[in-house]
Amino acid sequence: MSEHHELGFIRKYVFSVDHKVIGIQYAITGLLFLLFGFCLMMIMRWQLAYPGEALPLVASWLEHSNKMPGGVMGPDLYNAFGAMHGTIMVFLGVVPLAVGGFGNYLVPLQIGAPDMAFPKLNAASYWSYFVGGVIMLGSFFLPEGPAQSGWTSYPPLSNLAGTGQTFWLVGMIYLVASSLLGSVNFLVTIIQLRAKGLSFFRMPFFVWAQFVTAFLLLLAFPPLQAAAVFQLMDRVVGTSFFLPSGLVVGGTPLAVAGGGNPILWQHLFWFLAHPEVYVLILPAIGLVTEVIVNNTRKPLYGYKTMVYSLLFLGFMSFVVWAHHMFMTGMGTTMSNFFQATTMIISIPSVILLSCLIITLWGGSIRYTLPMHFALAFLPMFAIGGLTGLPLGLAAADIYLHDTYYVIGHFHYVVAPGTLFALFAGIYHWYPKATGRMMNQVLGKLHFWISFLAINGIFMPMFIQGFAGVSRRLAIPNFYAHSEAVQGTNVFMSISAWILGAAQLLFIINFFMSMKTGKKATDNPWDATTLEWATPTPPPHGNFLQEPVVHRGPYEYSVPGKATDYIPQQVS
Amino acid sequence: MDSPSIYGWWLPPNLSAHGAIIDQLIIVMHVFMVALFVGWGLFFVYCLIRFRQRTGHKARHDLPHSKVPKFIEVAVVLFEAAILVGLSYPAWSKLRTAFPNKENATNIRIVAQQFAWNIQYPGRDGVFGRTDPKMVSDSNPIGLDLNDPSAKDDITTLSQLHFPVDKPVLAELSSKDVIHSFFIPVLRVKQDAVPGMKIPIWWEATKTGQFEIACAQLCGNGHTTMRGFVSIDTPEEYAAWTAEREKELTP
Repeated sequence: MSEHHELGFIRKYVFSVDHKVIGIQYAITGLLFLLFGFCLMMIMRWQLAYPGEALPLVASWLEHSNKMPGGVMGPDLYNAFGAMHGTIMVFLGVVPLAVGGFGNYLVPLQIGAPDMAFPKLNAASYWSYFVGGVIMLGSFFLPEGPAQSGWTSYPPLSNLAGTGQTFWLVGMIYLVASSLLGSVNFLVTIIQLRAKGLSFFRMPFFVWAQFVTAFLLLLAFPPLQAAAVFQLMDRVVGTSFFLPSGLVVGGTPLAVAGGGNPILWQHLFWFLAHPEVYVLILPAIGLVTEVIVNNTRKPLYGYKTMVYSLLFLGFMSFVVWAHHMFMTGMGTTMSNFFQATTMIISIPSVILLSCLIITLWGGSIRYTLPMHFALAFLPMFAIGGLTGLPLGLAAADIYLHDTYYVIGHFHYVVAPGTLFALFAGIYHWYPKATGRMMNQVLGKLHFWISFLAINGIFMPMFIQGFAGVSRRLAIPNFYAHSEAVQGTNVFMSISAWILGAAQLLFIINFFMSMKTGKKATDNPWDATTLEWATPTPPPHGNFLQEPVVHRGPYEYSVPGKATDYIPQQVS
Repeated sequence: MDSPSIYGWWLPPNLSAHGAIIDQLIIVMHVFMVALFVGWGLFFVYCLIRFRQRTGHKARHDLPHSKVPKFIEVAVVLFEAAILVGLSYPAWSKLRTAFPNKENATNIRIVAQQFAWNIQYPGRDGVFGRTDPKMVSDSNPIGLDLNDPSAKDDITTLSQLHFPVDKPVLAELSSKDVIHSFFIPVLRVKQDAVPGMKIPIWWEATKTGQFEIACAQLCGNGHTTMRGFVSIDTPEEYAAWTAEREKELTP
């Protein structure tokens, strides 16, 4: 398996079919999109902190700009940036990095496979994502700018919006196609290509997380694909899937057939987008589990319980979607059902979190760089999860729905939650992928500044939510109740810019360590799972000889052994 | 009441008869959440310190069996079930199905549009005039059919909502163009206005004063500025305001 194919640069690094190269392509593209999406938000945060004031430094360049005249952000640009921030972070940033990047790189290694089951399908998945990303970016250059109807694109607003929305829909069709191709590949790979001896209950928890995630992608994305095609038809061929009769826009009746229903879009969208939340969080929990177990030097507490919770969570994530829609005129039967399922789905989440915290008990905790991020994930995810409870109770949601409380809630799940887990993953597996360790000092600075700054952004959102400030307001202090909390916006914006500056430390570390980092051994963290049994970095085909698995994934600190870890392939 | 001073860093004061159950639910949930978070947090920090790697300290392969996690899990389940059945279900069914009697309520229609709230009052006959999207014009934003006899005494206002205190308001919410969301923070009232749907909502104010309607659902580039004004009047003030509006009606 270790034979070297002599491939040219293009075939080896650009149109590669090696899961590791594709994984790195996904990860780098995803990181760039995360940076871009964050930059959009850092510009929006100027308007939120200092409404109506010109951007500093660059205002003179923008004097004659038609999108940002005089450097002041108007509502159209604000809505465009807001919609694209959400779309980019979710569909072009986090999912590609967590599933496409980490999933692709790690799953075949952790199950002892030479590659994914369908390497060319894997490449097709990446390039479909790439095209989707180019279309989304391209929409910024349209005269009317990109989509402006929020990442949720609710009709009829999105039907009436400019050409940017058409680009958004076409881009989404490519992104969905990419995820579907990827999910099939993951399922087949995990079911078929496990090494000899690697039974399902010997799989590392990260592989389980990717397994459930792949099911969610496969089953939840098709309705969105259909919905995107419907909305595209409404926009370009004049159908009325989401347009009711009798619309009067700007004083003139709208010339459409009518008879459609805008709520249908919301059902189709959230039927995807709620499982999507778990697509964002499950790989993150998987990464954190690997890092925490490795650095506590003891087995995972409740491995099987966690696997069953994961499966249950995956199943339940398909029956909670309408808790995003309590305000659409829902009756008691529907609302009671979705409130109950929402409370039920909180239980496996609590179990997963509890198991991870209990794993710390009795360990010997090594405070490595990735461990910092993995540990910080736990309380951050706890805040994100807990604040979902009042939103899942319809009566409390009457007040909190569509306020900044919601934004605070889901950002705690995906920003200091998932993103910190992804950073933990990067610091943990960087030595395997590059052969060098990342710099400790820069890494710890990156952690501590990010940890403080990110809470400085999202914690005040709960205050704004209690005060009743609506989401998506281009002028944050327009209402009396929002003027009362305007001071928090200044604090949040400054925190956001500090967070942005702290990411420079990460970027410097990421590139500098490739050249000057300490050389990594094949198994620098004394870990047990199979990816550490490969040479560093792993060659095409991964393993020098086909691995055979003899034990479970986390045999740490077994009494009477010379080392405190026994790798899975040791007999 | 001087409006701006009532707002701060917490829920604004509740000025409605039904809002107390919403506030109660929010507060009970947050007490529970903080308790759980602090409990977890203390255990977490204790572990981080006590089980740090140091010379002479070794990780344990096996843990002594403990029933505490299971006990906490069951307690969480029971608490959530109790909140759901005891507070949230009854609250939602009261707010969304127990409508006040039409005869005892102030009846209004609210028609949202980009970017204003049209308010229609049925007038002295208590019957709303017919509306037709084809009749919409700048001077007739809801398309009121003036040939309909019951429309002649209807009062319509743009973003000015007046109603008397201590009397239920029964409103029918709809939209002409896109989805909006009708939100009055002090009354704990929020409901999406969906084109093609007529959604009934109700509330009862317990104090007089001047407040704002905010739009809570992104509805275009005027979403931020889609502000309405609420005046909760004494019955006398309301009667005077109504009489004033009636004088403006074209005979």
